[in-house]
Amino acid sequence: MKISVEIPTAFRRFTNGASSVECGPATLPDLLAELEQRFPDMAQHLRDDSGRIRQFLNIYVNEEDIRFLGGETYHFQDGDRVMLVPSIAGGAC
Amino acid sequence: MAESFELICRECRRRWGNAPRSICEECFSPLEIVYDFESAKPRISREQIAAGPPSIWRYASLLPLDAGVPPSIPVGYTPLVEARRLAARWGLRHLYLKNDAVCFPSLSFKDRVVAVALAAARRFDFNVVSCSSTGNLANAVAAQARREGLEACVFIPADLEPAKILNTQVYGARVVRIAGNYDQVNRLCSQIAEKHRWGFVNVNLRPYYAEGSKTVGYEIAEQLGWRLPDNVVVPMAGGSLINKIKKAFGELTTLGLVADKPVKFFGAQATGCSPISDAVKNNKDRFDPQKPSTIARSLAIGNPADGNYAAKCIRMSGGWAEDSSDPEIIAGIRTLAEDEGIFTETAGGVTVAAAQKLISQGRIHPHETTVLCITGNGLKTTDALAGEFSMEPAVEPRLLAFEEYLGVTLAPASVGGC
Repeated sequence: MKISVEIPTAFRRFTNGASSVECGPATLPDLLAELEQRFPDMAQHLRDDSGRIRQFLNIYVNEEDIRFLGGETYHFQDGDRVMLVPSIAGGAC
Repeated sequence: MAESFELICRECRRRWGNAPRSICEECFSPLEIVYDFESAKPRISREQIAAGPPSIWRYASLLPLDAGVPPSIPVGYTPLVEARRLAARWGLRHLYLKNDAVCFPSLSFKDRVVAVALAAARRFDFNVVSCSSTGNLANAVAAQARREGLEACVFIPADLEPAKILNTQVYGARVVRIAGNYDQVNRLCSQIAEKHRWGFVNVNLRPYYAEGSKTVGYEIAEQLGWRLPDNVVVPMAGGSLINKIKKAFGELTTLGLVADKPVKFFGAQATGCSPISDAVKNNKDRFDPQKPSTIARSLAIGNPADGNYAAKCIRMSGGWAEDSSDPEIIAGIRTLAEDEGIFTETAGGVTVAAAQKLISQGRIHPHETTVLCITGNGLKTTDALAGEFSMEPAVEPRLLAFEEYLGVTLAPASVGGC
């Protein structure tokens, strides 16, 4: 099973400039572990000191926030397109 | 620092100079502006501010502005009105409304943030300014970009209120309707900003933009006679405004312009989109995102970028958060209009209804000074009031017809008083 993971600009210095990488995880914790193993310098940017996903990093699966799909319990499907997107913008007050 | 202000990471505190960027590349957290107030302190006084123009630019020395490019649009300095009838209704003694329903030029508090963001856009030589918006921000960007001679291209959820779309199109801005909700529009804009050299006021210019919100706090303090209120009730969407009002009060205190005083911050959300009030009420250190479903479209952000900061600000101040259902929002709009003659949009209805709950819960005390932030104009969301009022049949233009009409609609005793 393969999923594609889109890498935001700020993280591409850890992936030799690659904007997308293929991974084969079953769940979100597996994905983080795989990214950390392949790109060790990225690890501290994915999780905070307590090991949780950083609060300003949003993870989307095929356009949907993974937190609406069950978060860490969501099982990736073959061909899923995962995006890591920084939580920066905000419209109103 | 080379200038009197620069970008700083809100988490790791690394400094980044001045540039169109909004995230720290070290820890991926949001950036904000830090100032060198120590060197500026001798030049800032109540008198110097009072001698300035009747707009947010009277606080120019407290904003991230390039000294060489003076802003030209007289934004802000909206009325702070005492709300005596509403206060009586609620049993309060000192209630005020910060009325940004009449903010120039586009009738919402967004004019403040856009004015500061466009100053940054000019500084960084952007020709095109843009934003993701629930409506008010798009109105403000479109209006001010035209005055500044910049191109505007704004992104909105496709099903936004028609008045808010029209109020953007009329300025000649390009309006891109996205088939999705605000959070999806927002995410798309983050990706566009990475590829195109556009000045997105709430993405790559966000740290500068957000500083414009501080002017709400400066004005409240100055208009209260250079003192801080006891309580502020603030609508929350992305969660930025409430923090910036707190920052403004803190700066005025640091500069010696107001006496230090604890201020309680209260947040208001719509029940159909309440991730921040849910986090406050249930003591969560991180909010859970929601799928918005509310008539308060301008507050319909289910994944608020500053949500955790807003919840923390509220908790640390001893305040609280409440949320308002759609019928309560309508009732809030009508109460404000009927008691105070101010027609606010749905976000204002949220704030009024939430304030009423906070007062009835005893969280806001009757003898204290309380300010409600009314952030937008009711003419933009008239759809929300559809069906609230009936239209009477037309009366023939003859005196007899009018007297018949009075006889039908009024009790005889009240006729003579007309």
